[in-house]
Amino acid sequence: MSLLEIQDLTVALHQDGTETDLVRGISYTIEPGETLALVGESGSGKSVSSLAVMGLLAKSLNVTSGSVTFDGQDLLSLSKEEMRKIRGRDISMVFQEPMTSLNPVRSIGSQIIESIEENLNLTRAQAQSRALDLLKEVGVADPERRLKQYPHHFSGGMRQRVMIAIALAADPKLIIADEPTTALDVTIQAQILDLMARVCRDHGTAMVLITHNLGIVARYADRVNVMYGGRIVETGRARDIYTAPRHPYTDGLLRSIPRLDQDRNAPLRPIPGNPADPFTTISGCRFHPRCDHAQAPCRDMVPNFKNGLACHFPLEVAQKEALS
Amino acid sequence: MSALLRIEDVSVHFPIRKGLLQRQVGAVRAVDSVTLELKKGEAFGLVGESGCGKTTLARAVLRLVDPTSGSIWFDGTNISGLTPKGLAPFRKRIAAIFQDPFSSLNPRQKSGQIIAEVLQVHNYDGDIKERVAELLSICGLAPRFADLYPHEMSGGQRQRVGIARALALDPELIVCDEAVSALDVSIQAQIINLLEELRVKFGLTYLFIGHDLSVVRHLCDRIAVMYLGRIMETGTAEELFDNPKHPYTKALIDAVPAPNFDNEDAPQAEALKGEIPSPLAPPSGCVFHTRCPIAFDRCSKVVPDITRLGKTHAAACFALSNSEAPS
Repeated sequence: MSLLEIQDLTVALHQDGTETDLVRGISYTIEPGETLALVGESGSGKSVSSLAVMGLLAKSLNVTSGSVTFDGQDLLSLSKEEMRKIRGRDISMVFQEPMTSLNPVRSIGSQIIESIEENLNLTRAQAQSRALDLLKEVGVADPERRLKQYPHHFSGGMRQRVMIAIALAADPKLIIADEPTTALDVTIQAQILDLMARVCRDHGTAMVLITHNLGIVARYADRVNVMYGGRIVETGRARDIYTAPRHPYTDGLLRSIPRLDQDRNAPLRPIPGNPADPFTTISGCRFHPRCDHAQAPCRDMVPNFKNGLACHFPLEVAQKEALS
Repeated sequence: MSALLRIEDVSVHFPIRKGLLQRQVGAVRAVDSVTLELKKGEAFGLVGESGCGKTTLARAVLRLVDPTSGSIWFDGTNISGLTPKGLAPFRKRIAAIFQDPFSSLNPRQKSGQIIAEVLQVHNYDGDIKERVAELLSICGLAPRFADLYPHEMSGGQRQRVGIARALALDPELIVCDEAVSALDVSIQAQIINLLEELRVKFGLTYLFIGHDLSVVRHLCDRIAVMYLGRIMETGTAEELFDNPKHPYTKALIDAVPAPNFDNEDAPQAEALKGEIPSPLAPPSGCVFHTRCPIAFDRCSKVVPDITRLGKTHAAACFALSNSEAPS
């Protein structure tokens, strides 16, 4: 049984009496211990779909159809109170900005201990010692002293380590990490991603890694969902997506980034136009206005998602070679 | 090719004042004794992590901060000593593009006005409306964009307006501070290509500040790596990336996440340990020695000089000349 199974999830924004779909019927599964990356640009629905899984959607957003099954349990049918118990204990989240996700007026220790006591039946002393162990595990030096300090005493990278310690507090089965290193420097980013990969491996924790960085995807994810305009357009093993993309959007993304493993003079081939605006009506495939391969059916029919791909005219390997 | 911009032994220190008398109790050494030369027509990259001083150095070139010591020469004139009036003609010749096109464009002005304002301030003597349309079209925007406010445009379009504004007075040097960092991947490539096209078309010189190594490598002919206010290594893009000499440059390159499909369990090349020290109290000797994997005794005591390694390649590291150092 999959750890998480999402079926046909649709999330809509209600604003000024109109309803706009931000996530348009996505389905995917994640297996225990697996790292799945969600890749996409602004407005692709990668963050909103994950907030829906966590039951953390803003008031103006709601799930209009679909199901989210976690460990055999239908999350969407749970009460707020029941969902709150799942969050933190079974599923936890790491956000992009560690400064805004920590309480600035409470010590780091009290915030870690809160999340331990909330989810595990431990005495205060046991919770204290677990907090120490967690800080050590995420590589915070001098943890006894650090527990008494406040978020502003910590650098960005250190705060993100604390967030990971809090996320690990109850030994969850799934961590959803939304751009966990986007705000960090490159050398610190590598430290944090290696740390996350290590703790997931050691604890058998599954991870949904939301990112726009294709290098991170290639390096740290087992599988990838490429999202565009609220839909998953391609899914597959990280290696296959990176070396032999079949969807023209995935291919376009890969051609848009300068890469250190390529000739520096290799021209970038950007995707023309702008990412699909959720508020604009686009018929058929939402990528068709920007797609070099679009033909008549792309304008009229939404491509079905099958065999890990939603495209009327997927790229053939031979065709790709001819193009490059 | 002659030097268009010469940064000579420039330091920028920000005083820290305390107490009733606001006595200076210390200084943030944002930029420390930096010497660089940009040739006419080249794209020069400055890379480094937060707090390394790359933005402060760029602001010093734009005369938005005054260097504490050293001089900045533009086309043969020392612009670091000029009065605002003396500086005026140089303001036309040096332009800037910033990271966040949303906060660098006035939200209450239409993009046409934003560009026209620059022309008016500098007493442009042609038809301003025509020039605005021309600039927009150079940057790939239809004339109707002149009537749009920043919030009515996408991030990529706003950055194009920012570039059009920078081009308004036919500058020779453009300082690009993280000019593509805030953009979506597909849009970032459009803007990179536009910047490259404009450089060729107008013979522009770029001082390009960035933290994304692959972008800087793609766009820049020569690159300087900065750490805690100092230059660690300079060289052509090829020299720095194919044959990095300074341990910090190597660590930066290794930290870029890259695919590793053949050996999936191997960790990313040993990530650099520790944190960037505070520029308030930079380490003694070589500022990098606290995180350096090959540091030895001398590194904590003496500041290494920049050593020439070739015609264009130079680095500040004792390990390059010292036999007691591991290679």
